[in-house]
Amino acid sequence: MGFLEERDLTDGRRLKFEIFRFNPEDSESAPHLDVFEIDEQPYMSLYIALNVIRETLDPSLMFDFACRSAICGSCGMLVNGRPALGCKTLTSALPETIRLHPLPVFKLVGDLSVDTGVWFREMVENTEAWIHAQQAFDPDGQEERMPDEVAQKIYESDRCIECGCCIAACGLANIEDGFLGAAGLNRICRFALDPRDSRDDSEWFEVVATERGVFGCIGLMACDDVCPKELPLLEHYAWLRRRALRAS
Amino acid sequence: MKPDSMIATDVLVIGGGLAGERAAIAAAEAGLDVLILSLVPPRRSHSCAAQGGMQAALGNCVKADGDSPTLHFLDTVRGSDWGADQEVVQIFAEQAPVAVRELAHYGTPWTRVRPGTNRYHIKGETVEIDEREENAGLIMHRDFGGTAKWRACYAGAGTGHSALYALDSVVAKLGIRVWDRAEAVALIHDGSRCHGAAVRCLRTGSHSAVLAKSTVIATGGYGRVYGQYTTNATINEGGGAAIALATGVVPLANMEAVQFHPTALSPSGILVTEGCRGDGGYLLDKNLDRFMVDAEPEKQELASRDVVSRHMMRCIRDGRGVDSEFGPHLWLDIRHLGIEHLTTKLREVWDICRDFVGVDPSKELVPVRPTQHYSMGGIRVNKDGEAYNMAGLFAVGEAGCWDMHGFNRLGGNSLAETIVTGMVIGRCAAERAAGSSIDVPTSLAFDAIAAAESRANAWLSRDGAGPSVFDIRDRMAETMIAKVGIFRTGSELTEAVETLRQLLGECGEAVLQSRGPGMNPELSFAIRLEGMLKLALVTAMGAAARTESRGAHYRTDFPMRNDAEWLNRTLARWPDGAAEPILEYEPVGLIDLPPGHRGYGADERVEMRRSVEVYNGSVDTEQTRLGRLPPGGPTGSQLKWGSWRNVT
Repeated sequence: MGFLEERDLTDGRRLKFEIFRFNPEDSESAPHLDVFEIDEQPYMSLYIALNVIRETLDPSLMFDFACRSAICGSCGMLVNGRPALGCKTLTSALPETIRLHPLPVFKLVGDLSVDTGVWFREMVENTEAWIHAQQAFDPDGQEERMPDEVAQKIYESDRCIECGCCIAACGLANIEDGFLGAAGLNRICRFALDPRDSRDDSEWFEVVATERGVFGCIGLMACDDVCPKELPLLEHYAWLRRRALRAS
Repeated sequence: MKPDSMIATDVLVIGGGLAGERAAIAAAEAGLDVLILSLVPPRRSHSCAAQGGMQAALGNCVKADGDSPTLHFLDTVRGSDWGADQEVVQIFAEQAPVAVRELAHYGTPWTRVRPGTNRYHIKGETVEIDEREENAGLIMHRDFGGTAKWRACYAGAGTGHSALYALDSVVAKLGIRVWDRAEAVALIHDGSRCHGAAVRCLRTGSHSAVLAKSTVIATGGYGRVYGQYTTNATINEGGGAAIALATGVVPLANMEAVQFHPTALSPSGILVTEGCRGDGGYLLDKNLDRFMVDAEPEKQELASRDVVSRHMMRCIRDGRGVDSEFGPHLWLDIRHLGIEHLTTKLREVWDICRDFVGVDPSKELVPVRPTQHYSMGGIRVNKDGEAYNMAGLFAVGEAGCWDMHGFNRLGGNSLAETIVTGMVIGRCAAERAAGSSIDVPTSLAFDAIAAAESRANAWLSRDGAGPSVFDIRDRMAETMIAKVGIFRTGSELTEAVETLRQLLGECGEAVLQSRGPGMNPELSFAIRLEGMLKLALVTAMGAAARTESRGAHYRTDFPMRNDAEWLNRTLARWPDGAAEPILEYEPVGLIDLPPGHRGYGADERVEMRRSVEVYNGSVDTEQTRLGRLPPGGPTGSQLKWGSWRNVT
């Protein structure tokens, strides 16, 4: 059996899109919703639908897609109020009326397009999310060994695509500037797990055990519900909290 | 003109994928000021979509025993159908292990060797192999097409993602500046020396200039000239190649060498890694027959991509494809690999099958068909990575034609190429920058900004009843897939050239619907369209002119490889103001491994008439005549002459 319940879409619905519009570069633009109607096609994703709208109804519509395969993280948006990747959201899973908003928290570029790049670069810089290696790379040497189980564990948390869905869904990130959110804490977890990183518990404590870090989280856990990569965010949180408590 | 509309840096890197970021790191480590321009935040670059692996001859697992850079060299030259520059392949194969290990140092969670009994699927059989205790925890390999050994290093099926995040973390650590949502729309140059680029901001639509001592193009491929018939991301529109071609003097090489990946998902065209077949997956026709076993008894599903794609298309043409409302496809069968394998080592494939076709690959077959995937061709550079006829301009990764792929790239060689070219060519670009100053009138920069602005304004001011840019794009894509695809013939290629010429004319009459301020997505695309059409035309004309079959370039009217007449590389320049490009040809480079049978695919060919010695004697003069700048070391100085004799 497959995963999709509805594969036969021959009855062809007429979809109604209500899309948030605002162009910050246009002094005459004011935030509002525009309505577009298109015919549903089999396997229609929001990537396909939004391109149909742009190319046949309104070429000024701004949105972001790149890989269209749920790996680049460009196309986070609110789909009927819930953060999701547009590329892997099939219209067949949605009602006939589909309301799209840009992700909150991030700076708006225009319409559905938001600036996640600057937010995530700052997060990486604030948490120094890179390997703090003890030794310089030796181009003539063999690689350092690592048990495959450890590599798998790091990989599991390294799979975050920084789409911003968890940040947009986060009750705290929406009101508190600087909260690292699930993506930030997951990133810390990824490096804290990595034996190649030389930071010790007390150094991690500085980053994690603050109001901006793991003790700021108020436990709503919407992040875990919306993560398009299904990262084990709850586990990672619990692990970080335990480690932070141990270090304190 | 705003005062901040012109800035200067030592090294300008255009493109924030693996190759660009590695080149930027090389320059930053040399103490230089670096700026990266990227259409998207770097971690969203298309490098992140590479799944299955990165080739490097570490020889860590049992099925990789005895592997060496020399064997990697041999596989790559054969894979290229002898179109590659063998000295470049040698440099590449030697450096690939360093590249993989460096990524490990940066944090890539490579899958590691698990000592003890491991179960593998090899050529239709389940095999148990004991991995040695002394290699426990070293970087593991999987099998890929066209290789003598298991050589592809991998992190699940998210190798590109993990490599890119590791590399970008180093970019952040070194404090390298990144302008994301920024597009280089023209190179600033004086006809023989590059001084940077004119840049359009994709947030606001405003233009600026970046002056640089070295400029590195790292913009990836141009798969989107095939429209939706590509595995490539929407951002792979060949911007870097287009602005290099627009200089009028820099040639693009081997643009007719276009790779079709055997297993893209049908209908979306999303990539499903070669690692599926590397790990033991089958290709089946509609009767559930493993047709590759008969077609290629030795390599079976793991012949090179050009060969497998042709067999698949023949199978479909013979009526053995599976009909669907989106056209015929074939099946990829990975059910027997088991759910644990599919949800770990092929995790991203599992997700893609579930999310985009609703298939559970542990129980169901995956619909696949060959789809445009990779550009072997690109900006022609010498072995230091410097563009022909343009000092100070470099190209790395898929955007360049260095040329280690010739007419067919082996799976996993492009990820390795990104890091190796980033390291090697990035260092050359840094050296060039360290030894020079920006000695250029500022008017050159302001003229470039003014020209870019006037091109944008011309689009916005054009009125009337012209065609839409999306319509022109769709007709370009349909032409390319129908007539410049896997099987090509002279008559269809001539028709394609004619249609593309006409579309190029129509591009000058197209009218935009959207005139608002800001980045304006329709205008942003319109600005790229002329360049895309020129890349398409160069590709089609190169294919029409090359009356032989080599690697991915297959002519049904000239089905044999012809080493007597076509053991060469196409160079296409588009002189300023000319209606058409000029095609010229240069030798592929010094030949160490003489042309022969690849070990898969057809064995019939037209043999060289000249001796290898005579051929090699012509390489330097010919390449210099066609614009190659002098590289740091003499031609052939890094070849290990005859080293392959010891292993064959």
